Amino acid sequence: MVVDQLIEWLGSLLSWGPGSPLIFLTAVLIAGIPIFLLMAINALVSVYAELKISAFMQDRVGPMGQGPGLHAGKWGVLQTLADALKLLSKEDIIPEFADRKLFIIAPFVIFIAPFIALAALPFNQNLLISDLNIGVFYILAVGSIGVIGIILAGWSSNNKWSLFGAMRSAAQIVSYEIPVGLSIVSVIMLTGTLSMQGIISYQEGTILGILPNWIIFNNPFSFIAFFIFFISGVAEVNRTPFDIPEAESELVAGFHTEYSGMRWSFFFLSEYANMLIVSGVAAVGFLGGWHSPISGFLESPGWGLFWFFFKIGALIFVMMWFRWTFPRLRVDQLMNICWKVLIPIALLNIFGVGIWTLLKG
Amino acid sequence: MGIVHGEEMVLNIGPQHPSTHGVLRLKVHTDGEVVSKIIPYIGYLHRCFEKHCENLSYEQIIPFTDRCDYIGSMNNNFGYVVAVEEMMDIQVSEKVEHIRVIMAELNRIASHLLALGTFGMDVGAFTPFLYMFRDRERILDLFEITCGARLLYNYMWVGGLSHDLPVGFVEKVYKFLDYFEPQLKEYNDLLMYNKIFIERTADVGVLPPEVAVNYGVTGPNLRASGIKWDLRKNESYSIYDSFSFEVPVGKGQMGTIGDCWDRYWVRAEEMKESIGIVRQALKTLPVEGDVHEAMPKKIRPPKGSIYKRTESPRGDLGFYIISDGSPSPTRVKLRSPAFTALGALSAIAEGWMISDVIAILGSLDIVLGEIDR
Repeated sequence: MVVDQLIEWLGSLLSWGPGSPLIFLTAVLIAGIPIFLLMAINALVSVYAELKISAFMQDRVGPMGQGPGLHAGKWGVLQTLADALKLLSKEDIIPEFADRKLFIIAPFVIFIAPFIALAALPFNQNLLISDLNIGVFYILAVGSIGVIGIILAGWSSNNKWSLFGAMRSAAQIVSYEIPVGLSIVSVIMLTGTLSMQGIISYQEGTILGILPNWIIFNNPFSFIAFFIFFISGVAEVNRTPFDIPEAESELVAGFHTEYSGMRWSFFFLSEYANMLIVSGVAAVGFLGGWHSPISGFLESPGWGLFWFFFKIGALIFVMMWFRWTFPRLRVDQLMNICWKVLIPIALLNIFGVGIWTLLKG
Repeated sequence: MGIVHGEEMVLNIGPQHPSTHGVLRLKVHTDGEVVSKIIPYIGYLHRCFEKHCENLSYEQIIPFTDRCDYIGSMNNNFGYVVAVEEMMDIQVSEKVEHIRVIMAELNRIASHLLALGTFGMDVGAFTPFLYMFRDRERILDLFEITCGARLLYNYMWVGGLSHDLPVGFVEKVYKFLDYFEPQLKEYNDLLMYNKIFIERTADVGVLPPEVAVNYGVTGPNLRASGIKWDLRKNESYSIYDSFSFEVPVGKGQMGTIGDCWDRYWVRAEEMKESIGIVRQALKTLPVEGDVHEAMPKKIRPPKGSIYKRTESPRGDLGFYIISDGSPSPTRVKLRSPAFTALGALSAIAEGWMISDVIAILGSLDIVLGEIDR
């Protein structure tokens, strides 16, 4: 939507005509700036939240130094900014026996996946880069580019820990894409569209006048589908209890063991952006996107933005809660859960949703 | 596990690695994720403890015993002074014995807290680790007000103690125990009975009783394999026979007897028993008395040798001391329980995955300071 408007506006401004490829390129580049800003701000806010939430869960105070305050800062609100500056100023180390080209490319490949996926995420009624008619499919598809970057990083580092991390990650992410896809299928069966805005507009109104008409409450099968999607989503973004690719106590730092400074921060940035996307898709697909929890209450576009980020924030909080509570699974147990539990349930779910819609008419 | 066997990869876990509990190097042969061979390399922390002792007087050795098993220093002091006292035939007062038992058991709780916390961290649970460290700090605070040190106490001396208990110590210990007992349940709910933790540890790294005995494994690791062997009961020293406590043995509740979960459970249960012992000792602790009373002017044990073993948090801690009647011993040998536990690692961890090897290593609770000496 934003891209379409930009193309139109640039076309009238520069008189090259809206069909010109140059205009299209400029519009896409301009649209990329807010996405990048969103990713950066998301990382700053999420990392700060993670530091503080983990601290409170662990009976600590967390960062207290940086930030505005009477003396020496208060609440450490600028901690992540200070961390980012530190990362920027760090020495850029490339191991001697690393494959230099791949080593340099890998963080960017990982970064690109969430970057382009964000283009299809609707933030409110009007605010999204492009309302693709295959929005959900697009996000799931480009989201898997990241695994290529992880394998590149693990292989090019020429480090055994990195290699282990990369191999685990490849197996994990490729496997967990299946339950993610299958649980989204049940959403698509209900809505009959792949467009993100189409899915959200399906969820308008209420069920029996009480519950919001969200897909999670639509029928028992979609309720289960949400949990399958969320669990698999946590695995997709390599968070505890599924963080085996970077399992600290086993693999030191997994695929990014050899990365430092700015290159490392790209991994970090994309991890948090991936959390945003998984939570975003969950919010769109199951929790009514930018719709208010109470139908007709605070439904303006501004509030839409608030509700959307509120839902994302809640889901990200749950992911952090997982991380600071659970131990880590073993790699074969992880595969068992995926192939023996989640995928069969997801397949049955599709069947169930089909029968449900058939009977309901 | 696989039928196709490819080339094996040699992987060095350590000496700098997050989960080696010190500076241990494990040379691991891996077939994919599966470990086919483990060779532990030790000695990165070797500092000639035994040779050093030959040039020190008996009382000067005590601070060096602190530095062996630095997680359970009180128990090291205890084992050493009990051995020297037996050589010199010194009887210490009831008060000293009580204080020694209280300190040793508090130290055992602190040591087990660290063992379980790091074990939890090895399987990926970070929060319980910090909770346990928080409570361990409270025990260290108690030690600090007593002898000024938080880790290396040099508290138990031959024939006595370095300091008497400070004013208000008993109340503070009671306060700590009242606080700590409910905490144990929280830890168990958070980690021990967590489904993922059970999946990761039950049936993993089973140490059968025969293997445990053959390798000389002692302490909680042996008891987790189902053998009731606790020197505080079997070869009672000090005044342990006047307290009533249970010796928990692994029952294989979640899997097989002697698996990693049992080793966790035995330590968790032992903390409860230690709390009981401390409470009993506090009740019968004599108020009057001088802790320096029985201390000899000169420590010169008669010509001869002794082997005395005591139950440290890690198992049978044995001191073999040969004296020729001079102020310093001719030979001191420390039998390290962590050393034998590490010896059993390759016997029980081969064939498991890398993640399991880390978990098994965590469950054995080794301290490299004691292994390398």
